[in-house]
Amino acid sequence: MAAYQNIFTQVQLRAAPEMGPPLPWADSARDFKPWYSDLMGAIGNAQIGPFYLGTLGIASLFCGLIAFEIIGLNMLASVNWSWVQFVRQLPWLALEPPAPQYGISILPPLAQGGWWLMAGFFLTTSIILWWVRSYNRARALGIGTHTTWAFASAIWLYLVLGFIRPLLMGSWSEAVPFGVFPHLDWTAAFSIRYGNLFYNPFHCLSIVFLYGSTLLFAMHGATIMAVGRYGGERELEHIVDRGTAAERAGLFWRWTMGFNATYESVHRWAWWFAVLTTLTGGIGILLTGTVVDNWYLWAVDHHYATIYPDTGVVDPALLPGAPK
Amino acid sequence: MSRAAKHLPLILAGSALLLGGCDLGKKVTSQQGYRGTGIQQVVQPSLIPVAAAIPPEPYPASPDEGPRASETYQNVKVLGYASTDDFNRIMLSMNEWIGTGEQGCAYCHNPANMASDEKYTKVVARRMLQMTQNINNNWTQHVHATGVTCWTCHRGNAVPVYNWNKGPLPGDPMKLAGNKHGKDTPLAVVAYSDLPNKPFDTYLNTNPAVIRVAANSPYPGPKDTQPIDAARGTYGLMMHMSSALGVNCTYCHNTQSFRQWSISRPQRANAWYGIRMVRDINVNYIGGLANVFPAYRKGPQGDPNKANCGTCHQAQSKPMGGYPMLSLYPVLKGPRSGQKIAQPTLLTPAAPNGEDMSGPGQQIAAR
Repeated sequence: MAAYQNIFTQVQLRAAPEMGPPLPWADSARDFKPWYSDLMGAIGNAQIGPFYLGTLGIASLFCGLIAFEIIGLNMLASVNWSWVQFVRQLPWLALEPPAPQYGISILPPLAQGGWWLMAGFFLTTSIILWWVRSYNRARALGIGTHTTWAFASAIWLYLVLGFIRPLLMGSWSEAVPFGVFPHLDWTAAFSIRYGNLFYNPFHCLSIVFLYGSTLLFAMHGATIMAVGRYGGERELEHIVDRGTAAERAGLFWRWTMGFNATYESVHRWAWWFAVLTTLTGGIGILLTGTVVDNWYLWAVDHHYATIYPDTGVVDPALLPGAPK
Repeated sequence: MSRAAKHLPLILAGSALLLGGCDLGKKVTSQQGYRGTGIQQVVQPSLIPVAAAIPPEPYPASPDEGPRASETYQNVKVLGYASTDDFNRIMLSMNEWIGTGEQGCAYCHNPANMASDEKYTKVVARRMLQMTQNINNNWTQHVHATGVTCWTCHRGNAVPVYNWNKGPLPGDPMKLAGNKHGKDTPLAVVAYSDLPNKPFDTYLNTNPAVIRVAANSPYPGPKDTQPIDAARGTYGLMMHMSSALGVNCTYCHNTQSFRQWSISRPQRANAWYGIRMVRDINVNYIGGLANVFPAYRKGPQGDPNKANCGTCHQAQSKPMGGYPMLSLYPVLKGPRSGQKIAQPTLLTPAAPNGEDMSGPGQQIAAR
């Protein structure tokens, strides 16, 4: 018998599409005729759509498209408009922020970071419009705005990296380039320049919450699947009317680790862990270079770094008669 | 089941794409630092390059007796202190070391007048002998007693295989087309990373940029501020050093703090001198020969092909596996009596065509 016990859902519904509750009078209609996707149905809901675009959605997508185009066309230009090289080198290509000598000038030459500023402006506008839209959509459905505020936490980290910290440092060059490998190597260079981000306590917190999120997610997912035979996936019902699945799930965790979250609180745990990942991460980035310049030396100052045996190596530049 | 099977090729193709960059061979890991610091080298023995066989001595060295080369021959300016036999032995070896092939001595000399400086190759070779003396006498913090010979770099080639020049003239920085800002290109010089890809001209030539980018105090101050961009540049140079020596970061550094010397391995100090040695080579020796080399031995910007870490190391942490070749040819350091030679002159040799030789290299040397 087919059952919800595999990662690939074996039962897919085919019926008249679910169109959702009526919209408030001021909202535009939902767009596009819904359809069914076999592939999507294997891992989630087979029904795709209808979408709600609305003014904010269209404005956000439009700004996002402009940013996407600016970044993509700059990358394409950097390989002399060669599509072959664009595809081959895509992971290496970048739209770089202005060089250090431009500071925080409003519009450096276009080829020297001007396009980066414009792409950043449109991407930020797009993201913030999408944020407002997610708030409005949640309100229109009469649900809470938890998703919106979690999204705000991610936007905080994004803004710290690309806008707030560069402003405080007085240089756009401190911001992240757009590009696959470039933004990753920027991250490594950032840590090297500021003396090892490993010793940044807020970086530690961010990692705790990031890894904690995955652990909580795994524990929660495993628990719900484990009590599936007792209808444990009907979590919302169990929150208000605890059934045998919730009882058994709770008992399992009390037996194994002496404590259990409830069907309701586990979601608050997960939400806060996820939100605190980027919230603490953003604080850590904001303090780097503005308040602390070398996290390793800061950690030595605060008796927080492990002190390894001295290898006896001295800086050759400090020796008398050293070459320059 | 049928649904899963239908998408199987997609899943397999995805996995293949994700694992495509992996090296499958057996790895050997060796711990080289304090426990828990991750100071270890990971090598795949099947990927270690095999260096060309080191040429044997042409004939055993004879006792340091008899007339000096300066007395036997005319116009011997660098190795004049060597015995005539030692001098001949070096000259003969250079044929093989530099790979002069069928031309033999005539690659550098006019066979009718061996003393003549008319061939540019002889002018270059003389300067390179001075450079070798300089390295063996003044850069012992880097080459130690092992020293170098012509073979260390040349390995049987007229121009050492691992060299660099400034490359084509950079385009208009204000144009978008083809402008990568010297980054974001998969090039071997920076181990195919996106990092700034002119590390040699930036750090191993005249007016080198600052390599130390990490702050030297916990808190921000007015001094010692390097932008993140500079860290990317340093990172690019380090990627070159890593691939040129066939080692990873922890060969020199404790990654707890890349900057802190007291927790680094001694190899880091060695490398520090190596960087200065390469600058000396590039600025004062090869760079000073810019007007001597013909155009086909120079890059598009007119600078000669110069040295970097890979020129000698060739993917080995010690060139030629640390083989002490200099001990077979001690006159490349100085007189065999052990008498120190004077600091090799930094004056550039006269160009064959009498051009003015004062270039930026001399200004740097004088500073």
